[in-house]
Amino acid sequence: MTTARTDDHSHPDDDGHAHGSLRSYLIGFGLSVVLTAIPFWLIMTGALDSKQGTALAIMALAVIQIVVHMVFFLHMNVRSENGWTMMALIFTLVLVVITLTGSLWVMYHLNTNMMPGHDMSQIP
Amino acid sequence: MSSSVVHENSATPTFYVVDEHDHPEGGSTMFGFWIYLMSDCLIFAVLFATYGVLGGNYAAGPSPKDLFDLPLVAINTSMLLFSSITYGFAMLTMDKGRIGATQAWLGLTGLFGLAFIGIELYEFSHMIHEGATPQRSAFLSSFFTLVGTHGLHVTVGLVWLTTLMIQVKRYGLIAANKRRLMCLSMFWHFLDVIWIGVFTFVYLMGMLR
Repeated sequence: MTTARTDDHSHPDDDGHAHGSLRSYLIGFGLSVVLTAIPFWLIMTGALDSKQGTALAIMALAVIQIVVHMVFFLHMNVRSENGWTMMALIFTLVLVVITLTGSLWVMYHLNTNMMPGHDMSQIP
Repeated sequence: MSSSVVHENSATPTFYVVDEHDHPEGGSTMFGFWIYLMSDCLIFAVLFATYGVLGGNYAAGPSPKDLFDLPLVAINTSMLLFSSITYGFAMLTMDKGRIGATQAWLGLTGLFGLAFIGIELYEFSHMIHEGATPQRSAFLSSFFTLVGTHGLHVTVGLVWLTTLMIQVKRYGLIAANKRRLMCLSMFWHFLDVIWIGVFTFVYLMGMLR
């Protein structure tokens, strides 16, 4: 009990946030340069024939790059603040996903189903 | 039994925690700032959703293909990326307590940030000059709102950076200044994360439409 108390309340000088080293910053920077260059190259040269394939590829690269930034620049880990930073991030991501997919899904169906001239009598 | 009751009655009752433990100054600042960043993330999520819904409504006006200049966006992206790594170097030199080097890296970060804002303003003025104003179509309204909000954040970050450079010059790398620099570090890297979303979904996907 006593040890748990001291662990909880004596914050170390850096508040449990890792600072990262020169090596981790350079790895993060190198990875982000590559992960930025590839999508720009894909779009500017049209290297992939299918538009859908290109779109999926650049979205996947963006997600990977966001994770790289989170880990190497923002020093995200499951340990800082006893895991509450990660908990707040996960909660936010859930809200972001609901907001984005919900808006796009609802508005897409509104657009397709409620356009002027659409024959509503056809719908049973 | 009875003696303990007497003892409790005689003692003044307290209805709050007497054992006040020590909270060091700024002990919860970093986590609080992280919560702020998460709420900021939600603002951008809503703006991205708006752009996702309205981004195709050109109102017979210009489309992304007519407007966006990808080489310029690539230069802009590299400016923000360079400013991220120079801020990282500033944090590393701050840990070693080298004021001069920290100030130099912070200054370099500020210059890259200024270049980013300058290029973005040039792009905006160029578009507005061609008649692609925010009033032209729903696509342009949502575009200017999303990218403009990000640019506004970077501008505020630059003001904050300048303020902290003056603070460090005056008071040195004291604990409070280190904490402030760490908050700005999170803010700055967070803006870079948002920019990944902007250049992917707005600029690159726009060229595919």
